Amino acid sequence: MNRISKKLEENKKLLSIYFTAGYPAIEDTVPVIEALQDSGVDMLEIGLPFSDPLADGPTIQASSTQALKNGMTTEKLFQQLKDIRKTVHIPLIIMGYFNPILQYGVEAFCQKCSDIGIDGLIIPDLPVDVYHEQYQAIFEKHGLINVFLITPQTSEARIRFIDSVSNGFIYMVSSASVTGAKSNFGDAQSEYFERIANMNLKAPQIVGFGISNAETFKAATTHAKGAIIGSAFIKMIQEKGIKGIDAFVKGIQ
Amino acid sequence: MDTYNVNEKGYYGEFGGAYIPEMLYPNVEELRQQYLSIMNEDSFKEEFNQLLKDYVGRPSPLYFAKRLSEKHGAKIYLKREDLNHTGAHKINNTIGQILMAKKLGKKRIIAETGAGQHGVATATVCALMGIDCVVYMGEIDIARQSPNVARMKMLGAEVRPALSGSRTLKDATNEAIRDWINNPVDTHYIIGSAIGPHPYPDMVTRFQSIISEEIKWQLQEKEGRQNPDYVVACIGGGSNAAGTYYHFLDDEKVGIIAVEAAGKGIDSGESAATSVLGKEGIIHGCKTLLMQTPDGQITEPYSISAGLDYPGVGPMHAHLYNSGRGEFFSVTDNDAMKAGLELCKTEGIIPAIESSHALAIFNHKKFNQNDVVVISLSGRGDKDLNTYIDYFDL
Ligand SMILES: Cc1ncc(COP(=O)(O)O)c(C=O)c1O
Repeated sequence: MNRISKKLEENKKLLSIYFTAGYPAIEDTVPVIEALQDSGVDMLEIGLPFSDPLADGPTIQASSTQALKNGMTTEKLFQQLKDIRKTVHIPLIIMGYFNPILQYGVEAFCQKCSDIGIDGLIIPDLPVDVYHEQYQAIFEKHGLINVFLITPQTSEARIRFIDSVSNGFIYMVSSASVTGAKSNFGDAQSEYFERIANMNLKAPQIVGFGISNAETFKAATTHAKGAIIGSAFIKMIQEKGIKGIDAFVKGIQ
Repeated sequence: MDTYNVNEKGYYGEFGGAYIPEMLYPNVEELRQQYLSIMNEDSFKEEFNQLLKDYVGRPSPLYFAKRLSEKHGAKIYLKREDLNHTGAHKINNTIGQILMAKKLGKKRIIAETGAGQHGVATATVCALMGIDCVVYMGEIDIARQSPNVARMKMLGAEVRPALSGSRTLKDATNEAIRDWINNPVDTHYIIGSAIGPHPYPDMVTRFQSIISEEIKWQLQEKEGRQNPDYVVACIGGGSNAAGTYYHFLDDEKVGIIAVEAAGKGIDSGESAATSVLGKEGIIHGCKTLLMQTPDGQITEPYSISAGLDYPGVGPMHAHLYNSGRGEFFSVTDNDAMKAGLELCKTEGIIPAIESSHALAIFNHKKFNQNDVVVISLSGRGDKDLNTYIDYFDL
């Protein structure tokens, strides 16, 4: 069974962390993953940096730019992760924009992910319709879970369609915005979280965008299965480095 | 019959589509579902045509360039988009899109701009309609195109610097898209070229297609025939080209000629000749040809002309290139500047440097004496005076 599916069955709220591969330094990818696992994180999203990350706010943009300057490439990431399953057992997801994956070759990319032990992919600019028509069979052949986003503006019909195509969890974008840390959520978010919970979807939901601390994590997971922290983690690691990871994670859960 | 136009799913051959994050889906989908029916409403057409006539100054003349024709041995006509209000073809699209935004009930407009032409054209129509306008512009472009920045400000627009990435047009486009993600309900994004996710390339093309619609009847009056032998246009993202080709796309007797910016030369590492240097990929929500590293990172183009400085081309043009329907040329900075100056001296017209690229076609292709060649003179050179001054040491 896919590690993500297994993890989703655990009776707890899941904490997932997004970080940019090759950041702050090119060789930090694996040490960051290991430190996050050691600190008790449930699941990881490894960001494959892209020159033009449309859906990201300034923090993740800057980390992507830096990672690319550091020399990060798709091939380099795969090399770094080649032995990752010797030490890491939590679910690993690669999050990246579609163009680098297309250039690598979708089939070759999926093959490589499955060889390494990557469990799933999040590709924000690969729409569910295109995935369903052209790529779903390839992903499934390689045992990969593909994760789709929904937002407060996504229509009910479309959420149902996304739910039907999802084989892992649904990534619930907390509010209409690009990625970036917020200090709290308002009534609109609570309403949205509740509305989605009441839809009784097949796929569990994990909330992302704007989660930054224990308070926002708690608010996001009142109904949802878990939450993802990205920008706030990148900011922390930029300031404190890998040694700051343990305290950061313990401060959330 | 083959068609070089867009299909129902938003593709030109294999190019196009809408590769957008889910956050943009409601807006883009709303537009996709409504743009054709809105454009077909009588009230829309009436207002659009009225504004093009009374405000933009259309029809733009189709001018027979006698001296230029004698010099190059062909019957050369110039489609004078440079005489439009604000000085380029860009306003055809912004008039159309501001009316579209109003029909969709949008209250706020965002746009990206490189040279500032599209930014000015957007700020202009927003002033005309009394709608708030934010224009994203790369920090580097803000510095090198300061008169257009001042124009936008005078017209009441807010110019926001794009500080990310390489701080030029592609980054301004990223910032505009991010703004749209952050403002999903009340905002319309006026894209400035035939690029972006479906339905943008088709919508922009249709608004610009007034260019070839006029060419047909104007040529009928002048030559007793509707179709030229060739249509020629420069390509940045490809909106003036798409409008110039539109009514001739499926008539293979009309040669389609596209001119891209070679910058300092195709092999110089400083070029914007996307069809030659690009590979299939995804940029700003569209599958098309784009300049990128083998790893799929989008690279920075270069051209002396800020309006041609885009690392992709619209999907229509990617298809025209791949299918062989269009003949593509790349013209260096030097060739373009010379052709621009030649037009000044032979016809008394100072062209935009973008348009000068199209005019340089005569150094690259021989025509027959009787060939009717229509060139899109997409803009006037006022905005480029500083570049001309520096280049020619005037
Ligand atoms: C005068 C002029 N021509 C051409 C272009 C290139 O754009 P497109 O390829 O969309 O026509 C620009 C863009 O700024 C322009 O200002």
